Amino acid sequence: MDILGSFALLLAFLAAVYAFGAGIVGAVTRRPLVTKSARNAGMAVFVLVTLTVGILEYFFLTNNFSVSYVVTHSNSALPWYYKIAALWAGQEGSLLFWSWLLSIYAFLVLFLNRKKHPELMPYTGVTLAGVQIFFLTLNNFVASPFSVIATSGTGGTQTLAMLSEGKGLNALLQYPEMVIHPPMLYLGYTGFTVPFAFAMAALLGRYPGEKWIHITRRWTMVAWCFQSVGILLGAHWAYAVLGWGGYWAWDPVENASLLPWITGTAFLHSVMMQEKRGMMKVWNVWLVFVTFMLCILGTSLTRSGIVSSVHAFAQSSIGNWFGGFLALILLVCLAAWWKNRDYLRSDNRLDSMVSRESSFLFNNLILLAACFAVLWGTLFPVLSEWFTGSKISVGPPFFNKVNVPIALFLLFLTGVGPLLAWRKTSFDALKRNFAWPLLGGVLAGVAAFIGGFRDVYSLICWVLSVFVTLTIASEFLRGALVIASRDGSNLVTAIGELTMRNTRRYGGYVVHFGMVLIFIGIAGIPFNRDVEKEMHPGDTLQIGKYLLLCQNFDHVENNNYGADRATIEVFKDGKSEMMLYPERRLFKTSQVTETKVAIQSSPLRDLYVVYAGQSPETGAPVIHAYLNPLVKWIWFGGIVVVLGTLLALLPNRRAAIVLKPVAETSWGGAVADGLPAAVQSVVRRVGSSE
Amino acid sequence: MKAGNKFAIGSIIIVVTLLALAYVGFTQSKTYYHTITELTTLRGSALHERMRVSGNVRAGSIEHMPGRIDFVLTEQGKDLTVSYVGRDPLPDTFKDGSQALVEGKMMPDNRFVAEQVQAKCASKYEAVPDAAPVTNAPQAQPSAPGGQTSTGATTQPSGN
Repeated sequence: MDILGSFALLLAFLAAVYAFGAGIVGAVTRRPLVTKSARNAGMAVFVLVTLTVGILEYFFLTNNFSVSYVVTHSNSALPWYYKIAALWAGQEGSLLFWSWLLSIYAFLVLFLNRKKHPELMPYTGVTLAGVQIFFLTLNNFVASPFSVIATSGTGGTQTLAMLSEGKGLNALLQYPEMVIHPPMLYLGYTGFTVPFAFAMAALLGRYPGEKWIHITRRWTMVAWCFQSVGILLGAHWAYAVLGWGGYWAWDPVENASLLPWITGTAFLHSVMMQEKRGMMKVWNVWLVFVTFMLCILGTSLTRSGIVSSVHAFAQSSIGNWFGGFLALILLVCLAAWWKNRDYLRSDNRLDSMVSRESSFLFNNLILLAACFAVLWGTLFPVLSEWFTGSKISVGPPFFNKVNVPIALFLLFLTGVGPLLAWRKTSFDALKRNFAWPLLGGVLAGVAAFIGGFRDVYSLICWVLSVFVTLTIASEFLRGALVIASRDGSNLVTAIGELTMRNTRRYGGYVVHFGMVLIFIGIAGIPFNRDVEKEMHPGDTLQIGKYLLLCQNFDHVENNNYGADRATIEVFKDGKSEMMLYPERRLFKTSQVTETKVAIQSSPLRDLYVVYAGQSPETGAPVIHAYLNPLVKWIWFGGIVVVLGTLLALLPNRRAAIVLKPVAETSWGGAVADGLPAAVQSVVRRVGSSE
Repeated sequence: MKAGNKFAIGSIIIVVTLLALAYVGFTQSKTYYHTITELTTLRGSALHERMRVSGNVRAGSIEHMPGRIDFVLTEQGKDLTVSYVGRDPLPDTFKDGSQALVEGKMMPDNRFVAEQVQAKCASKYEAVPDAAPVTNAPQAQPSAPGGQTSTGATTQPSGN
């Protein structure tokens, strides 16, 4: 069956090559039949790669320890869901997983648009196939997931072997987030291939107007949403598993995932400049190109080990392949842009400093600055070694110094930008829109200062957060009041109706609000506290208002690991609040120890207790307790960001009536079932109004 | 003044501010990587910079002392005596033979005082390539599609 898997993978490669070649022929000669066959080949890649992934997963689930990838990443006692997740635990599987997700996107793009955009789609298909060829080359010829195990006999003969047990999945990965986090991040990374393919197609085919932007906006939002979820899940995993009390360390692998997210965010904002005003066309095309290149760079950083990281991925030759591919993409992008640069001429110029346009320009400038700083800091060890011969790395102080002011400025723009008018905003409008939110923010800041808040950045962040929240609330309120007074409906219904009329705008506000919540969570960092202490049963430890009493130490066992466990009773104001059970687990097959942090999370603070190990001097257990304020807001903000993005992806109510009355009826009905009653009535009315 | 010019001036102010911040952050946190072999060739101020050194923990060299932990890192036959004075317990992955990355400064007596120790458990994500120093078993070769290649994994110790 491993041969079948390898064969399917090889066929997938050939299909991608065909889709690429025939796609070019079809686009140049304009022969519809050739274009159609190229599209079918592109869709066949999905079927073949799916078969390959299915076979590898089957090997994992049936404990087939004759396949070396299964041996190195699984063992028979591993729970079934981790066996499935083991697919992306190593080099070969991760790259196969990349190919597979990309093939899903490619299939959807080709299938959904099979009757649309006949000028654009052939080029899109070719670009997608080109990227697929690269990854399938790696899967087939560089990092095959189907290598089998053989023993060397006498005289150089080799016999196939089946081991009785695998080496187990890395203990760090045996955590629920690790089942979801890599797929989310990879869906983000691969998803940015779609806007890249459309942008390239529009440029190569000189596709008229801003149409490609309309087509790719949703795809970009989907990729961006997955990327956001992936990053936050990664942060949560680092927080809950690594046991160091934090969630972001500016580690190269973390940075790698942040980079395309930053440029993707910049793109989602600057496209509005092109849609509404016909400006920044070159910029947008390059943002998409750069985002895609950063996705490839990110994949390559995590996989090649050219930058050393606590994530400790292996050194491997795969970096050269990625380097070559990146250089090739850059060349293709430069050539496509140079040849068609007259197609991207701007229609308008900037009219005023106080306008929506300038807020977008600053937004993009500052996001790009952040991206550049993070990229520079991440690659500095490599660059300094090239240019000066000595390898120099920069640490969190560098990243924080640059990015914290940038983040605060962005937060400010989040509040101001959406309320500025296009072209030029009058002073009266400024006063009308911002007087109350500004006053609210300042009052909140004064209150916090009196309450003992002294950290400058956190204080600024707090003032801005309140300001932005109030501007968003006032936007919803203003629109809803107009609708309510006209229709006689209540305010809640009116807000629902308002949102559904312009999902993009109000979904965007919800995303902004989610970001505000995340910022509030991050602003808690300066107030983190921690205490570390050797503890015997009966000892106590005081942190903030909490008193931790060590009740007991014991040992628990299961098939997969044995764990030393502490039982800690937590008292607050003299009252017993809860029991916490931090553990240290020793995984049996890999003999690796891991911490299992006990977290008591509440909106105001997390009590985070780690069984840190035995004291080197006395051998007594060491308990490390952290008190981290507001962390929960980050995860909650993430959920709000996702909901906002989903909302923005829904079709507009008004647009639905104008554009496609018949098709939208069933769609509206289906959507309505999943929404709150207030929104349902609105959507139902859309459905029945035709 | 034209809006475009105002925007340009605003941008320059922002970029210059950020560059200044970046420079301050950079000087505060820059850390040199050196191999143990390179350490012996360093002269003058280069010896007093904050640096990172990596190597393998020599088996049996870990000694727990009051207030510090001593161990020896080896790399290509050269040794470096390290005293870890940090507050946190050492990572789980830190043990005899593991790859460690220490961060700190050289002392005049050629002892390295480390405030941070990261240990790369060689098995993380990829066991095989990092296991090279401790085994003579053949390495896994990428196989041709459908091909079957010996990995020698049967004779290979786990990479920890």
